[in-house]
Amino acid sequence: MTTIGAVSDSLLYLNGVSVSFDGFRAINDLSLVLAPGEMRAVIGPNGAGKTTMMDIITGKTRPDTGEVIFRADTDLTKLDEPAIAALGIGRKFQKPTVFEVHNVWDNLLLALAGDRRPRFTMWARETGEERDRIDEILATIRLSDLRHTRSGDLSHGQKQWLEIGMLLAQEPQLLLVDEPVAGMTDSETAQTAELLVEINKTRSVVVVEHDMDFVRALGVRVTVLHEGSVLSEGSIDHVSEDPRVVEVYLGR
Amino acid sequence: MSRLSTSICIGLVLVGVGLMAILNLSTAAGAPLHVPTYAISLVGKYLSYAILALAVDLVWGYGGILSLGHAAFFALGGYAMGMYLLREIGPRGVYGNALLPDFMVFLNYKALPWYWNGFNHPAFAMAMAVIVPALVALIFGYFAFRSRVSGVYLSIITQALTYALLLAFFRNDMGFGGNNGMTDFKDIFGLPLQADSTRVGLLVATAIALCLCLLVARYVVTSRFGQVLIAVRDSESRTRFLGYRPESYKLFVFVLSAIMAGIGGALYVPQVGIINPGEFSPANSIEAVIWVAVGGRGTLVGAVLGAVLVNAGKTFFTGAFPEFWLFALGFLFILVTLLLPKGVLGLLQKKTGGRV
Ligand SMILES: Nc1ncnc2c1ncn2[C@@H]1O[C@H](COP(=O)(O)OP(=O)(O)O)[C@@H](O)[C@H]1O
Ligand SMILES: [Mg+2]
Repeated sequence: MTTIGAVSDSLLYLNGVSVSFDGFRAINDLSLVLAPGEMRAVIGPNGAGKTTMMDIITGKTRPDTGEVIFRADTDLTKLDEPAIAALGIGRKFQKPTVFEVHNVWDNLLLALAGDRRPRFTMWARETGEERDRIDEILATIRLSDLRHTRSGDLSHGQKQWLEIGMLLAQEPQLLLVDEPVAGMTDSETAQTAELLVEINKTRSVVVVEHDMDFVRALGVRVTVLHEGSVLSEGSIDHVSEDPRVVEVYLGR
Repeated sequence: MSRLSTSICIGLVLVGVGLMAILNLSTAAGAPLHVPTYAISLVGKYLSYAILALAVDLVWGYGGILSLGHAAFFALGGYAMGMYLLREIGPRGVYGNALLPDFMVFLNYKALPWYWNGFNHPAFAMAMAVIVPALVALIFGYFAFRSRVSGVYLSIITQALTYALLLAFFRNDMGFGGNNGMTDFKDIFGLPLQADSTRVGLLVATAIALCLCLLVARYVVTSRFGQVLIAVRDSESRTRFLGYRPESYKLFVFVLSAIMAGIGGALYVPQVGIINPGEFSPANSIEAVIWVAVGGRGTLVGAVLGAVLVNAGKTFFTGAFPEFWLFALGFLFILVTLLLPKGVLGLLQKKTGGRV
């Protein structure tokens, strides 16, 4: 576990980040440190700023103040989305977004790490290496039998997994996962927790989730966001006994 | 499925045009199977429009860029051809000036404007017919896509682009013949434009250009590039988070499409015998979008089919009931949008159980 101050060996370091929309402070002096290899759960009531935080890390939203440092040397606030993705930060959206008209296989193919420029993709041919990698991912996300299915025809839970698979295909160092189990059945939720734990063996993960059972199943350090800043941080037992957290969740 | 329809389309175009060519050249006027020369040029015009439709489908059907200004690229290609055809006239013009085309003499030009240099060389003019539309598309697209202009706003500025060019080309001092444009062409590549064989040659060239454009477009949309392009169309921001730059994909396809439109325009002008600023009119670009919608957006072959069908209809209507053509076109568009979301090609595919 990282202590504040050991910034030089952090993977991600948010320092004093604020952003306002029309005068409304969605993120307010937010600071957060993520160690390499760590998995972090971020919880908080609706509108706490969890998705906005991911928007800032991935370059979709530029903060008004503060810095977002990746691998101790890169300020992400200076870069745009494709550049940040190329650095090794992948993102899964709250609402599952896959390329609906493409089949499962092609969705993964497009996500595979590689040259993204038109002059490459115009002539690219699928290689054996790519096929092996996609087969591997299909097994991990349990969609091997649906490889030729149009992804728009998948169930909600299968789309969520496909999107996680696309994230893996990108081979990012850091995965940002926004509410992955929203709308999933209990067994799908449990499988997703297993999947994230498996993924975390090789990559760092930040997962936003409402579902407390799911967060408990992950068994990782928890950050509680409220009104755009950190309200509490620690183990799930620690934060759920924190009187400020209890007040925010019960006083809603 | 789409491969089969592409092959059928190319086969039909080449066989049809080949037959027309033979029946025009080898039979005498009045013979039972004779194809008159006006029909040769009419079909040549339809096929030039089909190239424009293909260009529109490439950006709209696959890139989600609803360009309402594509006729501008078509007209720019047409003007490059027109400039060559005027200079090819040489001293045989009404005023007998070896260097200046008639309209310049008429407007008291003392010297050839610098940008008319080189257009006496056919190869240079043909190159300009694709380079100029490509450059305009490159500059326009660079700024539009970089600033993430999309949807209705992009459509509006493409209309503004073609409208601005319309106004510019209307001006006499632009040096493109103003209001009257360019006409009274005599020869192309040293061959008389009025000769049947030249007309047939132009039709065959147009058919071949259309088939090549169709093959190029098909390669592009079925490549990995094309898959990314479709992904951009359906979910642009998602592609960004995967590390793609949607603006470079859109720019590439937009420029390629402008090149095709320019080729279509260059083939159109010698067959209709005139190019004037009216070709830039915003309504022309909208018509091209309707051809694609009627034929079937995002299918390429549907664009070709739509352009030919709608324009054949237009020829019939403007002959029979000229005042009703625009109503018919509007009605057709509404009908297709409501009843045939996948266009005529979609209907054909349904009728044949998805085989073509
Ligand atoms: N682009 C935006 N424009 C205006 N308000 C926004 C924008 N993005 C987020 N917000 C506001 O910021 C607050 C935080 O939103 P969000 O980050 O989505 O919360 P969470 O994901 O924690 O539920 C909300 O009140 C939301 O309405
Ligand atoms: Mg959210």
